[in-house]
Amino acid sequence: MKIHEYQAKSLLARYGIPVLKSQVADDAAAAGAAADALGYPSVVKAQVHAGGRGKGGGIRLVKSRGEAERAANEILGRPLVTPQTGPEGKRVKRLLVEEGCAIDRELYAAVALDRRAGAPVIIASPDGGMDIEEVARQTPDRIFRVPTDPALGFLPFQARALSRRLGLSGDALPRGAAVLTGLARAFTDLDLSLAEINPLVVTREARVVALDSKVVFDDNALWRHKDAEALRDPDEEDPLEARARKADLSYIKLSGNIGCMVNGAGLAMATMDIIKLHGGAPANFLDVGGGADKARVTEAFRILLYDPKVQAVLVNIFGGIMKCDVIAEGVVAAAREVGLKVPLVVRLEGTNVERGRELLSLSGLALTAARDMEDAAKSVVAAAAGAGRP
Amino acid sequence: MSILCGKDTRLLCQGITGTAGSFHMEQCVKYGTRLVAGVTPGKGGGKWGEGVPLFDTVEEAVRATGADASVIFVPPPFASDAIMEAAAAGVKLIVAITEGIPILDMVRVREFLKSRPSRLVGPNCPGVITPAACKIGIMPGYIHKPGPVGVLSRSGTLTYEAVWQLTSRGIGQSTCIGIGGDPIIGTSFLDVLRLFKDDPATEAVVMIGEIGGTAEEEAARFVQAELRKPVVAFIAGRTAPPGKRMGHAGAIISGGEGGAEGKVQALRAAGVTVVDNPSEIGAAVEKLLKRP
Repeated sequence: MKIHEYQAKSLLARYGIPVLKSQVADDAAAAGAAADALGYPSVVKAQVHAGGRGKGGGIRLVKSRGEAERAANEILGRPLVTPQTGPEGKRVKRLLVEEGCAIDRELYAAVALDRRAGAPVIIASPDGGMDIEEVARQTPDRIFRVPTDPALGFLPFQARALSRRLGLSGDALPRGAAVLTGLARAFTDLDLSLAEINPLVVTREARVVALDSKVVFDDNALWRHKDAEALRDPDEEDPLEARARKADLSYIKLSGNIGCMVNGAGLAMATMDIIKLHGGAPANFLDVGGGADKARVTEAFRILLYDPKVQAVLVNIFGGIMKCDVIAEGVVAAAREVGLKVPLVVRLEGTNVERGRELLSLSGLALTAARDMEDAAKSVVAAAAGAGRP
Repeated sequence: MSILCGKDTRLLCQGITGTAGSFHMEQCVKYGTRLVAGVTPGKGGGKWGEGVPLFDTVEEAVRATGADASVIFVPPPFASDAIMEAAAAGVKLIVAITEGIPILDMVRVREFLKSRPSRLVGPNCPGVITPAACKIGIMPGYIHKPGPVGVLSRSGTLTYEAVWQLTSRGIGQSTCIGIGGDPIIGTSFLDVLRLFKDDPATEAVVMIGEIGGTAEEEAARFVQAELRKPVVAFIAGRTAPPGKRMGHAGAIISGGEGGAEGKVQALRAAGVTVVDNPSEIGAAVEKLLKRP
């Protein structure tokens, strides 16, 4: 689960990480008042779940109340297009107004999971403020990775050594170390999958401050952080993806016209791949999961048909945990309920497959029963192409 | 022969009294797996099904029954503890089916297992099956058939798909292993390839990867340097957009890492037959096995 910059900063502040004074504003008047209170110059920042906001004009330096209000009016209520949002952009409904600061240096600091080591790793670079993936490509030796001990965590001496490698000295050295240890502690305390500060700035007064931050929670651990749920911004999620999540379905909207319902993430990806291979375009990724029942399958069907672009549906189920007869019942119930109007191709294999196929053929639904995955993909691509014709 | 499990494997199940545990243990027993014990705290002294004794702790179960493998269906909040309990009791093979374990719990599990001889498969995996001998997991038994092909995969149902293509062509399997789709798993592609290398019953290998991480790239290096057995591979998620988590916690392209093309290239460079179409896995294996 992603959260906004202002939320991330207030979390990090709890771990002793210095942030600048700031106020949240939902309209231009509030943004103007906030800027007045914070003094000039200050910075007006769009709050959306996407990086590269500066490039899209979502971050403005303002020198007066008038400028602050104008910036707010230009940003609020409009889609902000950044390199990470796609061409449609993301609508901005909230701003963070922040005091300015005199920047001496811009660094990068993050904590993430090192899959190979099976433990959190601290990643830092003296080249902050830019796209860190670009730094990794151009100058990989400018990115420092410090593995943490899974039992002991990130140790203070490691933090001081890393702070030193980042070129900090004098008062800034222990301050930098404190930020790094605080970030590592936040990562483990809050069950994060990413805690990033970019840039981490050193001011001319040798303060070390988190200027921008990105925090992502581990979805699997949200049950033990009940208060984190309040940080979720439903407007940032695709409405269908949010609805799917509530039903324990894994759904991701894509741009094609073939709706897919598959069990298992790997098979769901492979189904998308084979549709594409045969010249079609998947409308979504949808994994109904292992323990789905009739209600969940029905909800899955409703969700994928809700997308108006869908012109044909492919159900590809290989039953293991999931029993084919349960899927079949769900498909039949859902197709009846929603009054299915697009062609449906069903491919079933696995546990209770005979009963599942029988239920489908007895249902009287107009569907194509596919022999195998290849047959299913070809049939659904042909059906979607046919439905697309005027 | 086979790897990891066989006719002599003595299995216990943690979480056997839950709905999923109970259903799948019935299937495993029907398949011929020797299920010797169940563990559910508070139900010790009772029985499950037709006479499988229940215990409160894994330690007691192992002492009383000589179980040497455990399959775990315990819900996510308690699953990491269950894995460590099995390892502490000396269980050799631990198969964790549970999906949704917090990643930092797995960091602790991995550390705990470092100093112990137990092998963990999973979590978030379908399990391990040696056809006609032993099924430890949730895969449908009937799609398998004994034979010379080792199958390993990060996915569940996509593994069944590949196995079914093999069986439909009369090609059997030595052992099939789903290693799981989480970022931290007990047994990697590399670990399984090492086992297949030393297994005389395995003549060829099917490897099913997916986007995310670098496990396929590591496997490619091993195939090239040491394996000396033909490998057919498929990488799922070539059409997946970056930055989106495709169901599995581990299946995400991020930070220029984990993309499908890099994996395909690394595998092809290592001499692996990579199929672009997932429905051509069986045919590709058939062709390789026929080659003199």
